[in-house]
Amino acid sequence: MLDLKGYGPSLLEGAVVTVELALFSLLFAVALGLVGASSKLSGNRFLVGAATAYTTLIRGVPDLVMMLLFYYGGQVLVNSLSDYLYYEYEIDFFFQFDPFISGVLTIGLIFGAYMTETFRGAFLAVDIGQIEAARAYGFSRWHTFRRVMIPQMLRHALPGIGNNWQVLLKTTALASIIGLTDMVRVAEEAAKAERSPFMFFIPVALVYLALTAASELFIKWLDKRANVGVVHGD
Amino acid sequence: MPDFLADWLNQNDIFTATTVIHYWDGLVTTVQLVFMSLLLGLVLALPLAIMRTAKSPYISRPIWLYTYLFRGTPLLIQLYIIYYGIAQIEGIQDTLWWTIFREPFYPALLAFTLNTAAYTTEIIRGAIVATPNGEIEAAKAYGMNWALRMRRIVLPSAARRAVQAYSNEVIFMLHASAIASVVTIVDLTGAARNIYSRFYTPFDAFIAVAVLYMLLTFILVYVFRRLERHLLRHQRPLSH
Repeated sequence: MLDLKGYGPSLLEGAVVTVELALFSLLFAVALGLVGASSKLSGNRFLVGAATAYTTLIRGVPDLVMMLLFYYGGQVLVNSLSDYLYYEYEIDFFFQFDPFISGVLTIGLIFGAYMTETFRGAFLAVDIGQIEAARAYGFSRWHTFRRVMIPQMLRHALPGIGNNWQVLLKTTALASIIGLTDMVRVAEEAAKAERSPFMFFIPVALVYLALTAASELFIKWLDKRANVGVVHGD
Repeated sequence: MPDFLADWLNQNDIFTATTVIHYWDGLVTTVQLVFMSLLLGLVLALPLAIMRTAKSPYISRPIWLYTYLFRGTPLLIQLYIIYYGIAQIEGIQDTLWWTIFREPFYPALLAFTLNTAAYTTEIIRGAIVATPNGEIEAAKAYGMNWALRMRRIVLPSAARRAVQAYSNEVIFMLHASAIASVVTIVDLTGAARNIYSRFYTPFDAFIAVAVLYMLLTFILVYVFRRLERHLLRHQRPLSH
């Protein structure tokens, strides 16, 4: 194992934090994307408007600004909520709005907007006859959504999810700015203390490359599995 | 300054004339940084993209490696490597370069330029590769050599195919430039962070810049939509 002047183990821990942050954010983003895409396709004017406002707003604001807003603003909100609960109801409630939570919230919200677009396209690619057939069998709307639309849409959504994931993974580096001890943060502190930036940042860059390369292989494998029932013309 | 604006500024604790000027300076820095890195990146990307499509692997593979490395790692890491790394180069403090790279603006400009050049190279390469074969055959039949073909046929039609993806890259760069504030540059985000730490008002400080970034984004979207309409005017239906 590389020792890196004793920073090796903490860099490794940082890498685990990076992966955790990325996975939790992905989960949140996929959930938001499903909600967003279904709202956009619902035909309900209020829902369509809300989803459109969400995706437009997110695309206009830099990820770092949003992260700073959530991190500093979130704590202020929690503090005032805690004060309010204490003075009004004498409930002693407090929780520290930590960088990890802010990171998951921000990255999830941002990529939720991109996932919304991905899923919207994928839902539209599902053959309308499939939905009609499900309705004809007496499936409820929810049942049609879960049993017919989601499984068939995933095949079309996979390439988009893969692209979003690759970008998301690199976006997690921003959480080091609000103080999350991910591998970027550890490397930065080590580089400053030891005055040797290359020694710490280059291994971190290589870990990112390894992660993106590994996810590319995994997505290819998933894609192959998802398309197993599709007949390709010669 | 109009009276109503002056009145509003006087009644306000946070958005005083001083902070508004601070935001303005940040806006100017952001625009300069983004515009210069995009321009330099595009100038760099065009020859790189042509080299990337070369048949010889000795030319195309190194370019592939460059774009792979810069697209596979976070821009923040690239910025840190360049910002902290340049100061570590043996003897640079004694050369003329140090007067340039001592300012955080130039390491950031270098990092942003190299990053956007990598993405733009791949965008242009994709557009070049997608040139219909018939267009190239026709150009060959007319006796055009490689350089003339590139200039008259391949690049103009590639530009049309690339403009949409490039507009996304421009907006991505505008948003990514926010990390310049990490290396002590007072860009828009840097101004917001200063104002936040002075007044401890996260909502006012950051929502104000969020709105400014959004305005910049929408201006860029509008400009690129016009450009796209201009480039694709021959494909517009005749009716309407």
